Amino acid sequence: MIFELTPEQQAIADSVRRFTEREYDWDSRMRAIRGSEGRDPAHWAVFAELGWLGAGLPEEAGGFGGSAIENAVIAQELGKALVNEPFAVHVAAINLLASSPHAAIAEMIEPVMMGETRIAAAMHEAGARGDFRMIATRFDRNGDGFTISGAKSLVEGAASADLILVPAMGDGGLAVFAIPARANGVALRPYRLLDNSHVCDVTLDEVAVAGDALVAMGDEGELAFARAVDEALIALCAGALGTMEAALWATRDYLLTRTQFRVPLANFQVLQHRMADMLIEVEMTRSLLFHALGAAQAAMADGGIASVDASARAAAVSALKAQTGHAGLHVGREAIQMHGGIGVTEELAISHHYRRLFVINRLLGDEAVHLERFAKAVDGE
Amino acid sequence: MQPSFSDGDKEFRQTVRAFIADNLPDDLRRRARWDYHPNREDQARWCAILDKQGWSMPHWPREFGGPGWSGIRKYIFEEEMRRAYAPTVDRIGPELVAPVLYTFGSEAMKARFLPGIRSGETFWAQGFSEPGAGSDLASLRTRADRDGDEYLVNGQKTWTTEGHHADWIFLLVRTDQEVKPQQGISALLVDLKSPGITMRPIRTLDEGVTVNEVFFEDVRVPAENLVGEEGAGWTYAKFLLTNERTNSAEVPHTKRDIAQLRDIAAREVKNGRPLMEDPEFRRKLARIEIDTLALEFAVLRVLSNEHDPENANIASLVKVRGSELRQRVAELADEALGDAGLAVLTSKEGEHGPIAEDFDPPVPEHGIGISAKAMFRRATTIYGGANEIQRTLIARTVLGL
Repeated sequence: MIFELTPEQQAIADSVRRFTEREYDWDSRMRAIRGSEGRDPAHWAVFAELGWLGAGLPEEAGGFGGSAIENAVIAQELGKALVNEPFAVHVAAINLLASSPHAAIAEMIEPVMMGETRIAAAMHEAGARGDFRMIATRFDRNGDGFTISGAKSLVEGAASADLILVPAMGDGGLAVFAIPARANGVALRPYRLLDNSHVCDVTLDEVAVAGDALVAMGDEGELAFARAVDEALIALCAGALGTMEAALWATRDYLLTRTQFRVPLANFQVLQHRMADMLIEVEMTRSLLFHALGAAQAAMADGGIASVDASARAAAVSALKAQTGHAGLHVGREAIQMHGGIGVTEELAISHHYRRLFVINRLLGDEAVHLERFAKAVDGE
Repeated sequence: MQPSFSDGDKEFRQTVRAFIADNLPDDLRRRARWDYHPNREDQARWCAILDKQGWSMPHWPREFGGPGWSGIRKYIFEEEMRRAYAPTVDRIGPELVAPVLYTFGSEAMKARFLPGIRSGETFWAQGFSEPGAGSDLASLRTRADRDGDEYLVNGQKTWTTEGHHADWIFLLVRTDQEVKPQQGISALLVDLKSPGITMRPIRTLDEGVTVNEVFFEDVRVPAENLVGEEGAGWTYAKFLLTNERTNSAEVPHTKRDIAQLRDIAAREVKNGRPLMEDPEFRRKLARIEIDTLALEFAVLRVLSNEHDPENANIASLVKVRGSELRQRVAELADEALGDAGLAVLTSKEGEHGPIAEDFDPPVPEHGIGISAKAMFRRATTIYGGANEIQRTLIARTVLGL
């Protein structure tokens, strides 16, 4: 068992850290998230230029030869600096494209990796309460093409996307389509989430697409969707781990400097013990991230075909997400509490850590959803 | 990064599994199923079987007769032992006393004591805690006064695990009353058959006996039984306790307890359906299983690179989480048993007193020993340094508070 990063993986981590230190300080972050799109388009161009958008994709799929590990490394560093870019969504999208057996879809990978095509993945539906397995959106065959109708929610990055990847149910089971964001019948309602990420509700009213918009269908659709969800969840949780670490150490520093009753807060044992518990939650999350990465590696080694490995991956990823949701809320709440009044202000990063962790708990299934998914996967249901 | 077992490790697991299947006697396996503290005869028999294979002391370096396994392989070995319900080889001698002896003891001491530990013939107890010195161990008062070639030992130890089965005791004593508390402590090896020693078992809340009080009244101990140097006992104790903490995550044991819990839940019924299908129960079980996975990977991180100082930081966390998890599993197993979880029946074979021939147990076969375990697990967050001490330690050493 090897838990250390390879030199190449370490180099990626270093490059992300250099970006966050030089170009994503607190003031530029606040400027970006208050802009109309909620982010600075120049940042995504940097992601593409530095190779992060293809770092987690195997070479056979047109990527730079990495896996979920590279995505996790990137996401964790982005999470530490609370970078407001839809990286986990990108991971979902590019994995969906890479799972497609169709050449027309595979051709999209390169422009997406280069940052030339912006792509969103609609993994949530209104009414499903974050349970990505509940898909009410329907598709019908329409000559050589398809007609799609439904309502997707919380689609991050949809407002600036060229294409939206949409899972839908119909004759033939689960299918995923690549739909132009400006196609007839697509309506976007943009809004902001508590953590300042910009999302849209996407309504699809008899949207007609050609046959080559099909990413995958049936068993292939199920496999592609499961892989995309799991890979995105790993990136999401790795980001949350980074955010938890940032909140933990910021709180530690605050306890060492802030004095009350003429002593530093760090002297109070009640706070020391609560900090120890925060650290335990962070380290347990990190351990489950390693475990999930091992499972993702095994599933990918079998080309995602072996259902045993896919089910082991689902169990491992749901274990990670359940822990991340729970730990993230714990760490976020405690960080605010130990900061006292300043912790609930907009001005300090601590409230932004909490808000990010609060939102992540609910994205792609909360703790309850993943406890249930874990139990089913373990019992082979 | 490759955070999963290598092919070589997977093969090793199969080898260990096959050896246990071929060599573990049925009666040992049966008794180990009920007893969470196996009896001495069973432990010694199993230890001797493992010793022939060179596997009885997985933690020891090769030069003293250990197999020279990596940390990960030691873990796999322990996991397979637990999984198969093999009796645990006694812990105190092999894992706590022996490392102190081969690290700090004289050549004569190593030659005299290590072979008996390795073969399972000699059993050890540790004499650390006292009525006035628990987690604050440095305040211990049992004294050893030099008298010619001997020490004269007077005082009292308590919570002496397995003392009633042991032949020898690794004793922390105060040899200097004048210096700072930590500096006046020494380590002595004492034959428990020495005149002046009284061992009194302490019955615990599970109604079993695993711990004892030991009284020392003018006990004469040869000076050659002093470990290392006089006054250095505190250093040895800290070394020993660090080993105890790393092992005390007890993940393989917890994993087996979870397997047992699943077995109970498959047999018990709630509202006419197997308990395993009850959503609330399944959520609780899933949470425990996820926490166990997290702990397991924390332990594997430590074991994959035992000399990385950052990993030493994780070691202090796993004691806290591991001990709490053991309690949660035991409580949920008892809850799963329903009414039978309230009955006193600690051991089928009468470890806690003779059981009448015609005794009709109020507990199903799959529930024997569960209520006792639920009770006794309250000790896990206390021994080896209470979790409050561990949290303070984490705050100080890892967080720098």
